[in-house]
Amino acid sequence: MSGVVRIVVALALGCLAALPASAQTAQERLPTCLACHGENGQSQNPEVPSLGAQQAFYVTVEFLMFRDRMRVVAPMNDMANGLSDDDLRSFADIISKLPAPQPAPGPVDEARIERARALVEPNRCNFCHTPSFAGQQNVPRIADQREDYLVKALRGYKDNSRRGYDASMADVIEPITDEQILDLAYYIARVK
Amino acid sequence: MIRRVSAGPILAGTLCLLAATAFAQQQQAPAPTPAAPAAPAAAALPLPPGATPAPPTANMPTSEAAQKLTGVPVPPLAAAPDKLPLAQLRLPKGFKIEVYASGVPNARSLRIGDKGTVFVGNLVRDKVYAIVDRNGKREIKVIASGLDRPNGLAFKDGTLYIAEGTRISKLEKIEDNLDKPPQPVVIYSDFPNHQSHGWKFLALGPDNRLYVNVGAPCNICMPPPSNAQIRSIALDGSDAEVVAHGIRQVVGMDFHPVSKVLYFTENQRDWLSEDAPQDKLNRLLNPGKDNFGFPYCDGGDIEDPIYGWGHSCSEFTKPIAQLGPHSAPLGMRFYTGHMFPAKYYNAIFLARHGSWNKTKKIGGDITVVYLNKDGTVKSQEPFMTGFIQDNNYIGRPVDVQPMKDGSLLVSDDYDGAIYRITYGDGKVAGR
Repeated sequence: MSGVVRIVVALALGCLAALPASAQTAQERLPTCLACHGENGQSQNPEVPSLGAQQAFYVTVEFLMFRDRMRVVAPMNDMANGLSDDDLRSFADIISKLPAPQPAPGPVDEARIERARALVEPNRCNFCHTPSFAGQQNVPRIADQREDYLVKALRGYKDNSRRGYDASMADVIEPITDEQILDLAYYIARVK
Repeated sequence: MIRRVSAGPILAGTLCLLAATAFAQQQQAPAPTPAAPAAPAAAALPLPPGATPAPPTANMPTSEAAQKLTGVPVPPLAAAPDKLPLAQLRLPKGFKIEVYASGVPNARSLRIGDKGTVFVGNLVRDKVYAIVDRNGKREIKVIASGLDRPNGLAFKDGTLYIAEGTRISKLEKIEDNLDKPPQPVVIYSDFPNHQSHGWKFLALGPDNRLYVNVGAPCNICMPPPSNAQIRSIALDGSDAEVVAHGIRQVVGMDFHPVSKVLYFTENQRDWLSEDAPQDKLNRLLNPGKDNFGFPYCDGGDIEDPIYGWGHSCSEFTKPIAQLGPHSAPLGMRFYTGHMFPAKYYNAIFLARHGSWNKTKKIGGDITVVYLNKDGTVKSQEPFMTGFIQDNNYIGRPVDVQPMKDGSLLVSDDYDGAIYRITYGDGKVAGR
C-alpha cells in the first residue's frame, strides 16, 4: 500500500467512526455509503460489494444483522449502529432502486464459464437466486457482483466465518470446493 | 424521532466522502484477481471434523416446478398488530383465539416461569424476550441480546436456561430481575459450530437434567460422531451423555406426563421427492441405545438413495407416527391442563411450521396426537389451521406452550406474534 493510500484509508476509517448514526437521514447518509460501495450501484473497491438493484428485503436483513452485530464487519457495524427499523427500510428502498451493476469488463475465459455453468444447477444456485441471478426477497442479487466479493462471501459461508440470515447457504456450500467457488464467482461476475 | 445535527458530523462526513472517493480512485487500477487472495479455505472446515458431505448432484430435480422451491423468507421485523391474520385462523368448535402478544420479532420457543412470565426465544435474531402480564396489560422486555440463535429455552427453580448455537447459559432468579437481567452465565459449550441445523431445542427432563439436540450439519451427509443426536446434561453443565442417535434435526421434545418417556419431533431430509420422506414423531424407550436412522433411513420407511445401500430401515428405531412429508413439525407439548375438553388430556399438541421443499405446501398448523395407554399413537387430527392460504404462508407456528390456566400459547416466527387459545368461557372446566 502506498503512503498516500494509507493516509487516505486512515482518514476514511476515522471519519466513518466519527459519524454518529442518528445524525442523518438515510438519504443524507447515502453519499457516505456510495463513497465506498460506488456511485451508480457499482463498487470499484476490492471486496466491497456493489449495491445496485439489490433486493430490498435482503438489504433490510443485512443492515439489521450489522446493527444488532449478528454479523461483525467493520465498518458496517458502526454505520448501522443506532438505526431504527424504519431507517433500515428507508436504506433498503433507496439501495434497491440504484442501477444494477455491469458485468466485469475484459476478455472472457469461456472454459471457466462453462465449468461454472455446469455447477449452477446441481448446486441449485438458480433456484433461490433465480435463473438470472437477480435474487428474490431475502436472497440477494448476485448477477455481476464483484468477483472478489463473491469469492470472499462464498469462502465465508464455507468456513463458517460469515453468518447467514438462515442456514440456506451453509447447506448449499457444503459440497462445493474452493476451485469451484473461484469458477462460480468468475461466471456470476460476468453474467450478460 | 429526534435527529441531532451539529457541525461536527457534517464536517466529518464531508472529509470522509473526500477521503473515501480518493481511496476509490486509488483502487480502480488493479483488476480482480480471485485466484490469489486470502488464506486457503482449507484452514477451516465447513462441517465438524469427520463429516462427509454428500455428492452435490444426488437426486437434484431440474423441473421448473422444483426450481421455484426456496426456503420461506423469514421476515426480520414483526408484523403490525392490525396486520395479524387472526380472522383466518381456524379452531374446533368452542375454542377461541386472541393475540397474546405482537411485536415479538421471530418469536420461536416458549417457556413459562414459576411466576407466570412467558419467555420467548429467537432463531434469526439475537434476543430472548420476557412477556409479563399485569392485569391484562402485557409488557414485552428484552432480557438477553447479542446471542447466537437462542432458540432453546428451559425453566427450572427460578432459572432460565438458554441454548444457543454453541452453548447453554443460564439466567438465575430471572423473574425477580426482569428489568435488570443478569448477564447469561455459560454452563456448557461442548458443541460443534455449524449453521446448518445448528440451532437447539432445550427441554427439562423428569430427572432434572437438560435435554438438547445436536443436529446434522447438512441436509444429508454422513455426520461426525458429535452430531445427529440428543444429549442429556446436568443442570450445572456437567455429566453430558448422548441418549439418542441417528437423528437429523429436532426442534421439539417433551416428556410423557405419566410414563416420563421422551417424545420428540424430527425433521427429515429435503429434495428426496414431493411426497417423501415423512417427518417423524419419535419416542425414546432405550436411552443411550436407540438409533433413529439418519442418514441411512428416511422417514422410517425409505432407505436413503445415497447412504441407505447395504442398510434396511428395520435396523433402526421406528417413528411412532409420520407427520407429513416436509411438514416441519417443531415444538410439541403434552397437555395436562383442565381448561380444554377431557379428550385432550395427556395428548400431544404439535406445531407444524409448514413445508418449503414441496410445491403444494402442507403443515402450517397445530395438530393433536392422541396416544394409546401403551404410549403408541392412536390418531392425529388438525387443531389450529389457516396459516396457509392459496399455497402461501400468512404465518408459521413454531412452538406451543400450555399456561397454568390450561389455555395454550402458540408462537409464530413469521409474524412475530404469540396467540392464546382458550376453550368455552376461558375458565378451568370441572372434571
